[in-house]
Amino acid sequence: MPVIEVNELTKRYPGATALDRLTVAVGDGVTGLVGANGAGKSTLIKILLGLVDATSGQGSVLGHDIFTQGIELRRRVGYMPEHDCLPGDISATEFVVHMARMSGLPADAARERTADTLRHVGLYEERYRPIGGYSTGMKQRVKLAQALVHDPELVFLDEPTNGLDPVGRDEMLTLVRRIYTEFGISVLVTSHLLGELERICDNVVIIDSGVLLRSSSVAEFTRASEQLAIEVTDGVDEVARTLSEAGLVVARDGHLIVVDLADEATYDAVRDVVADRGVGLVRMGPRKHHIAEVFEGPVANVAA
Amino acid sequence: MSQPEPTTSPSGVIHDIGYRGYDGGRLDRRRIGSALFVHSLRGVYGLGRAGKSKIIPFGLAAVMVLPAVIIAVVNVALAGQGVASEPVLPYTRYPMVLSAAIAIFVAVQATQTVSLDLRFHTLPLYMSRPLARVDYVRVKYAALALGLLILMAVPILIMYVGSLFAEFPIGRETGDVALALIGASLYALVLAGIGLMIASLTARRGFGVAGVIAVLTLSYAIVSALQGWVGEVVGDMNTAGWIGLFSPMTLVDGVQVWAFGVETSTPAGPPDGAGPVFLVVTLGVIAACYSALAARYRRVRL
Repeated sequence: MPVIEVNELTKRYPGATALDRLTVAVGDGVTGLVGANGAGKSTLIKILLGLVDATSGQGSVLGHDIFTQGIELRRRVGYMPEHDCLPGDISATEFVVHMARMSGLPADAARERTADTLRHVGLYEERYRPIGGYSTGMKQRVKLAQALVHDPELVFLDEPTNGLDPVGRDEMLTLVRRIYTEFGISVLVTSHLLGELERICDNVVIIDSGVLLRSSSVAEFTRASEQLAIEVTDGVDEVARTLSEAGLVVARDGHLIVVDLADEATYDAVRDVVADRGVGLVRMGPRKHHIAEVFEGPVANVAA
Repeated sequence: MSQPEPTTSPSGVIHDIGYRGYDGGRLDRRRIGSALFVHSLRGVYGLGRAGKSKIIPFGLAAVMVLPAVIIAVVNVALAGQGVASEPVLPYTRYPMVLSAAIAIFVAVQATQTVSLDLRFHTLPLYMSRPLARVDYVRVKYAALALGLLILMAVPILIMYVGSLFAEFPIGRETGDVALALIGASLYALVLAGIGLMIASLTARRGFGVAGVIAVLTLSYAIVSALQGWVGEVVGDMNTAGWIGLFSPMTLVDGVQVWAFGVETSTPAGPPDGAGPVFLVVTLGVIAACYSALAARYRRVRL
């Protein structure tokens, strides 16, 4: 059973359509929801949580109807909003304990889970200080902690890397991956950067202007586009031309020749061409595509 | 649906014993509402917030209590000399005498109760939990109303204890104080409703405080002045009494005068036969404030 399922989901604002008959199903694991700013990512999450009403369509999360079973649904999910949502005058511990209680944890369990969760997101001594004095990175961790503190089965993370420096970004992404691999909690994470999600996601859903562009596993994305990078000592142009004549799809990337890896025979063809030309083969290895390139199309490579 | 294998914990973090899930009990929506109620009621007195949040509520509570202590002592002293046989100030009049302190308390703590969640955008975190929007409204309203009732009930009870020491007739005093507490509950519900309704309109706490104080004190000042003018100068006590409908304090005072047969704290009490109207308007104001709050939170952008 899919974790999230929406059918013909539409959200219209006066003068704008945020979601346009969106139909998509998401399984367990880490799913990236990718799209430009304003593509409808946040709107989709808010509709799933019942924070925003949809104009039409159906949807379910963990088997609960999003329109009629909101309370039961929200009992089992966590939500980290994109924007700032933390009061400045109280400490992270006090805040997360309160949020745990609001998710239905008894007082003792709330305190215990808060201590555990703050440690897992990497907040230590500073958790007793007022949140107002925290750095962006620390605030993001508190926001994440309040989404995880009640041990949900699914969390919605809206732009968790927003405002973070490269190191903070890396740490946050690693943490997001651990939420599934170590904590066993499925994740729907949004970003406008495809590249940063492919590292940590099992599946990617791409939407644009509220319309589904593509939904598939990351493996599928990259497998479809496996390539072989070849570096030779001399006669790069000739080798490329000969490979092309041999029926391979060839592109150039600087001094590298990139050929699409059709099957095992591709390796043999390259070996034969190089041997015929009498040039040295410096290296030959698979080149894993980034989804971003697939998304933009093969044109990006040929142009180089 | 395969469960992923746990990967190794990061080295160097000695006390990381891995993730533990939670299998214990979870509270239902009603019990979560009670937890939010306790949290909000504590918040009305600044408990659980930063130290400086406690200054105003506790300062005003002291302002409320002090005159009651003095009145209680005076009652005991006068009774001891055999001068007085009843309290110098009826319990029911106490909220009106200290209406300025109560108005400030409502203004500051109504915004504490709802504006902070708007200003810090914390509301989406509540609404993405097993709570309905109407639960939030009910809980916040109840918490502020009870906080206000406590603010008024404590000094009234202190005066009552003074009356007991003064050895006034115990049956009469107990009956009077019970009526005063019912009156204080009405004051609390009306003032909390109006305060929250205004405070929920703005995330800017300063505007909220100013708005509530303006509405409560201006309405009282204007109504009292008009009542005095129409009643004393024009000599139309009937009309002057009706004017009392238009400020929260004089409105509830009118209900007390009619229902409990106590003396009024305003220039003109409700005219004969107007009492039920004052009660209906009071209940109407409470219902209207609640509906307006519910509507406000049904439409709030999250």
